[in-house]
Amino acid sequence: MGIHRGHRARPLEWIAERLIFGISFLTIAMVFLIFLFIAREALPVFLGETNSALVQEVIPSTDLGKVPRERLASYLGMTPAEMASKDEETLKTLMEIREEAAKDVPERFRNDKDAKVNATQWRYLLLPHAWTGYAKPESIWQPVGTIAKYNLLPLFIGSLKTTVIGLAFAVPLALAAALYVSQLAPVSMKEWIKPGVEFLSGIPSVVMGAFAFLVLAGVLQSLFGYRFRLNAFVAGIALGLTSIPLIFSIAEDALTSVPRAYVQAALALGASKWQTAFQIVLPAAAPGVFAAIILGFGRCIGETMVVLIASGNASVVSWNLFDSTRSLTATIAAEMAEAVSGGPHYRVLFLLGTLLFGVTFITNFVGEQVMHRLRRGREGR
Amino acid sequence: MKSKFALLAAGLLAAAHALAGPISVKGSDTLVVLAQKWAEVYMAAHPAQKIQVTGGGTGTGFAALQNQTTDLCNASRKIKAKEIEQCVKVFGKRPTEYKVALDGLSVYVSASNSKIDSLSLEELEGIFTGAIKNWKEVGGEDAPITIYSRENSSGTYEFFKEHVLKGKDFASGAQTMPGTAAVLQAVSKDKNGIGYGGAAYGAGAKHLKVSPVKGEAGIEPSEENVLAGKYPIWRYLYVYVNPALDKGDIAAYLKWLRGDEGQKLVKDVGYYPLQKNLRSN
Repeated sequence: MGIHRGHRARPLEWIAERLIFGISFLTIAMVFLIFLFIAREALPVFLGETNSALVQEVIPSTDLGKVPRERLASYLGMTPAEMASKDEETLKTLMEIREEAAKDVPERFRNDKDAKVNATQWRYLLLPHAWTGYAKPESIWQPVGTIAKYNLLPLFIGSLKTTVIGLAFAVPLALAAALYVSQLAPVSMKEWIKPGVEFLSGIPSVVMGAFAFLVLAGVLQSLFGYRFRLNAFVAGIALGLTSIPLIFSIAEDALTSVPRAYVQAALALGASKWQTAFQIVLPAAAPGVFAAIILGFGRCIGETMVVLIASGNASVVSWNLFDSTRSLTATIAAEMAEAVSGGPHYRVLFLLGTLLFGVTFITNFVGEQVMHRLRRGREGR
Repeated sequence: MKSKFALLAAGLLAAAHALAGPISVKGSDTLVVLAQKWAEVYMAAHPAQKIQVTGGGTGTGFAALQNQTTDLCNASRKIKAKEIEQCVKVFGKRPTEYKVALDGLSVYVSASNSKIDSLSLEELEGIFTGAIKNWKEVGGEDAPITIYSRENSSGTYEFFKEHVLKGKDFASGAQTMPGTAAVLQAVSKDKNGIGYGGAAYGAGAKHLKVSPVKGEAGIEPSEENVLAGKYPIWRYLYVYVNPALDKGDIAAYLKWLRGDEGQKLVKDVGYYPLQKNLRSN
C-alpha cells in the first residue's frame, strides 16, 4: 500500500481519457494505412513490373503444353497458385485473348518504333522522349490511346502553377485581413469581418469551381484579354478564394495569442498602432503565421474540384500562367473511374497519388522544422 | 432455438427466390440516362422485377462485372483485352457483348463562326492533332483555333481519337472538359473554339457537316444519315453480361431492350435506335 498522490482518476474520466487516446491513435494509424494502401497499388511501377508496351511477346495458344508452367504464369500475370486453380481450357482462352489483342493492333502501329516502349519506366515517366509524330523530344501525358504516354512533368507543372498563383493571391490578402482584424479593427468591425471571412470556407469547392467556370473565367478574361478562357490563373484565383479562410483563421489565432504585454510595451515606448502591428506582433507570431501558409499550401495542392472545373485540364508543359493546365489531383479524379483496374494507367494514377502524398508530407515536415526554429528564435534560445 | 432461426432463414431465402431478384446495371455515364429510362419502363410493365441502374464510367462497370457485383455492364466502348482477361480469370468465360444503341458524334463550332459550315475528316484530324492551328487554313477567318476535348476517361474521347485522329495524339494544348455539356458551353462562349460530342446535344453551338473525303459535300449528322452509315462519325453502345447469368429474368430484360419496344425509347434520350437487323426480334 503506497501513498496515493493527488486524486485517483474517476472511472468516467479514465474511460474518456482512454477513448481520446484511442481516437488519436486511430487517426495516426489511419493516415499511415491510407498511405500504405495507395503506395501498394503503385508498387508494381516502383518494382518495374508494369508494362504498357503496345506490342508485347505473344506465346501461341497451341504451345500451352510445351511452355514451362512458371513462364506461363508470369506471362499471364498470375501466381503459380492462381494458375494451378485454373483448368486447361481457361488458360487456353487467356492465351487466345492475348493472341487476338496482338492481332487487333493496326498494321501502322505494329511497326512503329515506339510500339515496344514501356512508358511506365522512370525515364519515360520523367524525361521527354521523341515519340513518333513529334518533331522533338517532348513530355506528353496521353495515357489513353494506341501508344500510351505517361510523362508526369506536365502534371507537376500544372499543380505547381495553380498552387503558386493561389498562394500568391491568398497569402497577402489573408494575412492583411488577419492582422487588421486582430490588431487594428474596432471590435464592432471585427465582429463582422471574422465570421464573414470564415463563412467563405463554408462554400463547397464544387460550387467555387462552378463559380470560377461560369463567372470568374469570363470576368478575368475580359479584364486581362488572354486567349484561353479556362487556365491556371483562373483556377489559381479560385483556389486562393477557397484557401483564404483557412490561412486567415489560423494566422488570426496566432496574432491574437501574442501576449498583450508586447503590444502595451510597444505602445508605451511611443510606437504607433501600425508600427506595433507590423514590427512587433507579426514577427512575434511568425511561427503561427508560417503554419497558416504551409496549411494553405497543402489545401491548394490537394484541392481537386476547383482545378478540375476551372483549369482547362490541358496537359501542356508551359510556364505561362495564362495557358490551360492540368493538375495531379484533377488527373486522378478524372481518369481513375475509367482506368482498367490493375493496368499500367491505373498503376500510374496511384503513383501520382503516392507522389502527391509525399509532397504534402515533406512540405508539412519541413514546415514543422522551420516553425520550431522560428519559435526558438523568438524565445531567445 | 437454433433450428427455428435456420427455418426462418430458409423461409426467407425461398421467398426471395420466388420474387424475381433485382437486376443490377452499372457502367458508362453516357448510357446511364438511357439505362434508367429502360429500367423505369420495364419495371412499370413488370412490377415484380426490380432493376438498379448506376453510372460511374465504363471502366468502373467492367471492374464490377469482373468482381461480379453487377449483372449487366453498360459500355460506351468495346471491352479491352485486359478486361476480358480478368473476366476469364474470375468466371472462366468471356463476357457476352450486346449492341444496344447507336450514337452519332457531332463536331461543334461557335454559332458566330460563320465561315465554317463543313469540314472533312482529314481537316478534323489536322485540327485536333494540332497540325492545323489557324482557322484560315480551313477557309475560316485568321484566328487561332482553340480545341475543346473530353476527358480521356470518356468513351467519346477514345472513339474520336481512334476514328478521327486515326490513333494519333490530341494536341497537348487541347482543353479537356468534364462532359459534353461543358464542351458545348465552352464552344458556345468561344468564337474560335471547336469541340465534339453526342449529336443529340446541341443548343448553343453549330453542328458541322462532315465529309468523309476532302472536297466532297459535307453530310449532316441527322438520324437517317447516321443509320444509313453515310455520316462518318458514329459508334455503337454496348451492354456486357457474364454468360452464366444470361438466362431467365436477365435474358428477358436484355431481349426486351434490344427489341422494338426498348429501341423506341432510345430516341427519347438522344441516341439512335439499332438498325432493324441487329434487334432481338
